Amino acid sequence: MIHSLFLINASGDIFLEKHWKSVVSRSVCDYFFEAQERATEPENVPPVIPTPHHYLISVLRHHIYFVAVIQSEVPPLFVIEFLHRVVDTFQDYFGVCTEAAIKDNVVVVYELLEEMLDNGFPLATESNILKELIKPPTILRTMVNTITGSTNVGEQLPTGQLSVVPWRRTGVKYTNNEAYFDVVEEIDAIIDKSGSTITAEIQGVIDACVKLTGMPDLTLSFMNPRLLDDVSFHPCVRFKRWEAERILSFIPPDGNFRLLSYHVSSQNLVAIPVYVKHNITFREGSSQGRFDLTLGPKQTMGKAVESVLVSSQLPRGVLNANLNPSQGTYTFDPVTKLLTWDVGKINPQKLPSLKGTMSLQAGASKPDENPTINIQFKIQQMAISGLKVNRLDMYGEKYKPFKGIKYMTKAGKFQICPYNTPFTGFSLTVLTNQIHVFR
Amino acid sequence: MLCTSMTQQVEQMSSVLRNEDLKEMLESNKESLKLEAMKRIVGLIAKGKSASELFPAVVKNVASKNIELKKLVYVYLVRYAEKQQDLALLSISTFQRALKDPNQFIRASALRVLSSIRVPIIVPIMMLAIKEAAADLSPYVRKTSAHAIQKLYSLDPDQKEQLIEVIEKLLKDKSTLVAGSVVMAFEEVCPDRIDLIHKNYRKLCNLLVDVEEWGQVVIISMLTRYARTQFTSPWTENKAFYDSDSEEKKDQTEAKPYIMDPDHRLLLRNTKPLLQSRNTAVVMAVAQLYWHLAPKHEVSIVTKSLVRLLRSHREVQYIVLQNIATMSIQRKGMFEPFIKSFYVRSTDATHIKTLKLEILTNLANEANISTILREFQTYVKSQDKAFAAATIQAIGRCATNISEVTDTCLNGLVLLLSNRDETVVAESIVVIKKLLQTQPTQHGDIIKHMAKLFDNVTVPMARASILWLMGEYCEKVPKIAPDVLRKMAKTFTAEEDIVKLQTVNLAAKLYLTNSKQTKLLTQYILNLGKYDQNYDIRDRTRFIRQLIVPNEKSGALSKYARRILLAPKPAPGLESAFKDRDRYQLGTLSHSLNLKATGYQELPDWPAVAPDQSVRNVEIVEPCPCVCTESGSESEEESSEDSEKTSSDSGKSSSGSEKSSSESESDQKKKKKTKKAPQKKSKPAGDRYTEIPHCLFPQNDSKKPTFRTSGISLFYMSFQVTTSSFGPLKTYELLHHMTGKGLSAKYHFPRQPCLYQPSMVAVQVILTNSSDHALEEIHIGDQSPASLNIHCFNTIERLEPGASVTVSMGIDFSDSTQAANFQLCTKEDQFSVSIQPAVGELLMASTMTEQDFCKEQGKLQGMNEASATITMATANASRQAINKQVLSVANVGEVPSSQNNFSRFAGQTVSSRALVLVSLELSESSGALLTINTEKSVMASMLLQDLKQALAQA
Repeated sequence: MIHSLFLINASGDIFLEKHWKSVVSRSVCDYFFEAQERATEPENVPPVIPTPHHYLISVLRHHIYFVAVIQSEVPPLFVIEFLHRVVDTFQDYFGVCTEAAIKDNVVVVYELLEEMLDNGFPLATESNILKELIKPPTILRTMVNTITGSTNVGEQLPTGQLSVVPWRRTGVKYTNNEAYFDVVEEIDAIIDKSGSTITAEIQGVIDACVKLTGMPDLTLSFMNPRLLDDVSFHPCVRFKRWEAERILSFIPPDGNFRLLSYHVSSQNLVAIPVYVKHNITFREGSSQGRFDLTLGPKQTMGKAVESVLVSSQLPRGVLNANLNPSQGTYTFDPVTKLLTWDVGKINPQKLPSLKGTMSLQAGASKPDENPTINIQFKIQQMAISGLKVNRLDMYGEKYKPFKGIKYMTKAGKFQICPYNTPFTGFSLTVLTNQIHVFR
Repeated sequence: MLCTSMTQQVEQMSSVLRNEDLKEMLESNKESLKLEAMKRIVGLIAKGKSASELFPAVVKNVASKNIELKKLVYVYLVRYAEKQQDLALLSISTFQRALKDPNQFIRASALRVLSSIRVPIIVPIMMLAIKEAAADLSPYVRKTSAHAIQKLYSLDPDQKEQLIEVIEKLLKDKSTLVAGSVVMAFEEVCPDRIDLIHKNYRKLCNLLVDVEEWGQVVIISMLTRYARTQFTSPWTENKAFYDSDSEEKKDQTEAKPYIMDPDHRLLLRNTKPLLQSRNTAVVMAVAQLYWHLAPKHEVSIVTKSLVRLLRSHREVQYIVLQNIATMSIQRKGMFEPFIKSFYVRSTDATHIKTLKLEILTNLANEANISTILREFQTYVKSQDKAFAAATIQAIGRCATNISEVTDTCLNGLVLLLSNRDETVVAESIVVIKKLLQTQPTQHGDIIKHMAKLFDNVTVPMARASILWLMGEYCEKVPKIAPDVLRKMAKTFTAEEDIVKLQTVNLAAKLYLTNSKQTKLLTQYILNLGKYDQNYDIRDRTRFIRQLIVPNEKSGALSKYARRILLAPKPAPGLESAFKDRDRYQLGTLSHSLNLKATGYQELPDWPAVAPDQSVRNVEIVEPCPCVCTESGSESEEESSEDSEKTSSDSGKSSSGSEKSSSESESDQKKKKKTKKAPQKKSKPAGDRYTEIPHCLFPQNDSKKPTFRTSGISLFYMSFQVTTSSFGPLKTYELLHHMTGKGLSAKYHFPRQPCLYQPSMVAVQVILTNSSDHALEEIHIGDQSPASLNIHCFNTIERLEPGASVTVSMGIDFSDSTQAANFQLCTKEDQFSVSIQPAVGELLMASTMTEQDFCKEQGKLQGMNEASATITMATANASRQAINKQVLSVANVGEVPSSQNNFSRFAGQTVSSRALVLVSLELSESSGALLTINTEKSVMASMLLQDLKQALAQA
């Protein structure tokens, strides 16, 4: 399946190569560089590139291209998913996945890649198993190893690989047994100027950090599992149990993992936790524009809206902005025309506002477009969909673990659009004022 | 920069030198030095630098005791063995020795490296090693051998026949670990040997949920192909079938409505849960399986999952969008509800944007076109000009496809002509040209407007398009067209070729319609064209001149000049770029590239007649009770090979044929298809983890997928509670499909601790819809007696015809055999049903020692004892037979006994946890004394009756 792997940095150097079958010359990457040149942005390089004898499938993460060389038909997603798994593993092992980290740990990287694929087919990709095979480098261990000559390589086949719970390493022991679950929801929304929602969706994940001794079997149930419209599970979750009873039943991997990602259907009404009143106007013939923006909380169930950050791409004609925030600080970058306002926490008694004027380029025509406003925020201790974990039970072990659950809501792609009127036809009012140019 | 190039030079110069000291380090006695040297060498390999001259020094360390050193040597060996074949042979004996190592880990890694060394001379050794490994006790080694098959095949394809034999053997393997790898080998070596799959088909389907994710992808794509060759198409009702040799047969087939092969259904059912996988490749694989195999109305269940993948990484989005684009052409309805998910975000990469645009265009219809156009309106303003141009193309496509909006789109496009950006204007002109061709009559104004724009447009394609429009519709703009030609005559020489060609065309057409005004101009242009550098233009000029200018030499053709040049032309179709992608299987590389990739296998068309179904039948060997109480429960498809066994004391007593396995391997391959009921056992936590696979919800329907199995020990109370049952479960009827108007229900007692409340008895209900319409909202209604405590199953929203679903309930019978009555409701109807438990089902088994048993029995004398002398059937003389009979009646656990003529069983009631002790003392003849000690005297007498009856019958 996967023949070879090349790692290419942003400046186009191949800094690592690994072959699982016979060696493929690195000149095959020339086809990749060609495609790279054609693409205007690094993201625009097509993920699948055909060459006369091979196919190149690549992913771009952390400014590194991971280019896999394929010789024959294979589902492209198979390769892409695997490459992302490689990146995740590197991140897991070295904390970061940068060129420097990979170069520093080239031996561990090589050992990992060797274990992850056999003859181009994935062998061990579960982090729990890999960590038993090859111990992640730590400063202490590196020092000890250099002195004693001991190794990072495990001496035993991880028993997990043989068992039906391949994701969990065996012999786990903790003095404090804890299981933490973070329910994090993101709202993706587009709101129009009057404040009505055009689209809103909630995506959530449950990330877990489980440090439990032995082989615990957990069940997690929700008060309102019907909210979840579409879910995807970590392989440890028993599908059938979910299907029949809407209960998450699983033997967890050791450590951090994503238990579940879910989507709350767009049919459900999404509570929008903030509102924005804004008035951005430019007058024809004047070199000044007015800017007036106020934020307020809405449907937050009494929880505070924190870490609010407002950003907006002002029209190209704007030279500078002279604004007065009631709280927080704002910056305006005259080159990129990006206005950001770090609001902080919203105080419902005293709503934060940003008012002032913008100076326009002299003689330039009135900007034809109002800017879109992007908002980021966080609300602690609340899942906006109303999802609630009912209980967590543990079977299979005798001790009493500490169980913790945390809720958080964040803005995903949360956008206030400048228009109000719904579309009524292809009348393109914006464009009519330019026709005179050609008349 | 200078610095790096200098260091590179220095590196090159010193490389020979440095390799010398690496060699020295490798030959030293110190392990740490050797390791350091190997690490540096691996660094060299990673950078792609040659280190092959170190081969002799490295290969010496292949037998090192240090595992890391050894592994690094392996890495080196695999990389360079091809180049240094003779030296590589030196290492072979080490591997051959390691293949016999007692540690499975070492055996497997030796095979991995041995098979990765691409030296043709060792092919026989590899073949031998693969054959041996394929019969290894360790599933991990067998998995490695499956990988080695592919390696050997690519090294020497002549070994194919022998390798197929090994594949055939490994396909029979029941380990989930092996399944994915062997199917991969099958796909690589002999994908056409579909006959090897028959016998393993059901097993593969059932194993699928538990196979690791990468194996799932491979198995699913293989099964897709298999299903296409073995089942008939579910897409057409009453498929016409013409059989030439038998008229009768033809009639039969035609009369028969389509019934899906149960195996076909099995595949669809077992892959469905995988849509919830976190692995995007698995989700895509299932989606394509449904697309290619499922009845049309079932395909849409994959939509949600595919849309979910759009939140993944950019590269994943790219592939998924490509597939959705192809799907959305054929099945708009599937994705229409999710249209907002395809709205372009400004942060998307260009190729993602274009794909989303493609999909939005495919999904456009009368109902949603206005919202889509509004989206397009914002896209046109995008900074990404290539994308803006693509949007204009898309608007054009919408305009041709949906006649209601053609005018709106056209007006919008005309407005775009005044855009500041030239690419937008140019693209608009090209699209308008195509649109006007479809309905030219009323658009004189637009053509005039475009003529006005002509001076400002510089993009050649756009200029050419305007010129073509002028020529084509010159009669509508009789005043402007000659003027445009005049302008062109001035700039002719400076234009691009494509514009020149269109100028010549325009001139010719004007000459024919309005020769008075344009005769001179035309001749001037034709003269310019005659001496043009481009031969196409010279050719065209010569042709046009002969055609339109009448002279004595010109033949009959010039009479028809007008009809040739001004013939009504068919409008160009605006079609999706993904229109013909469906010739490739979805999810494949070939589909992604729209190009047949090497090794792509055409998806076969459905056969007209299904081949023999019975080929997939597997004979089921009767379960033998002694097989394995130790390895815990297994459903049919889980073999105990998966489990690493260490013996525990609780298991030893229960069966005679205990296999003590020293090193995690127990070979139980001979026991084919042993179907055993589940069993959970609490175990003392040993120093090594012992895996007990078991099925949480065992099903007597062998086609049901298993649950993800896992090793759990459950502790309930202080007694160790065992759940065990032997033989097939008894299934009782709850609701007959006649009375249930198509809904039928059966139940059985899975004999495991209830998950909802410990005092409840677990009951599994299998609901089947035997009617011809889907049943909705199946749930439990009123219950009686009112005090009855029932844990209901969740409402089943919809049950398709022919489908069945297994749900579990918990009922607290309060240790009485009084029936639990409740109503089973569907959306329309309610049916009263009742579950009456046999007394034996109100118990749960416990394990205890003989001493404990006697002690407890001593406490339960007198009132609490019931006994009877019974006559045993002769067939029940053996201890195993007794066990079987007792356990079939009551859920009790066997107590190890030191006396041969005594059989003892212990259990406790589910609700009140009262002990129930059963002892059976065999006398000389066929008689026996049956004693039951429990404080529940009613239960004791009932149980006594039941047991008496069971033991009396053969």
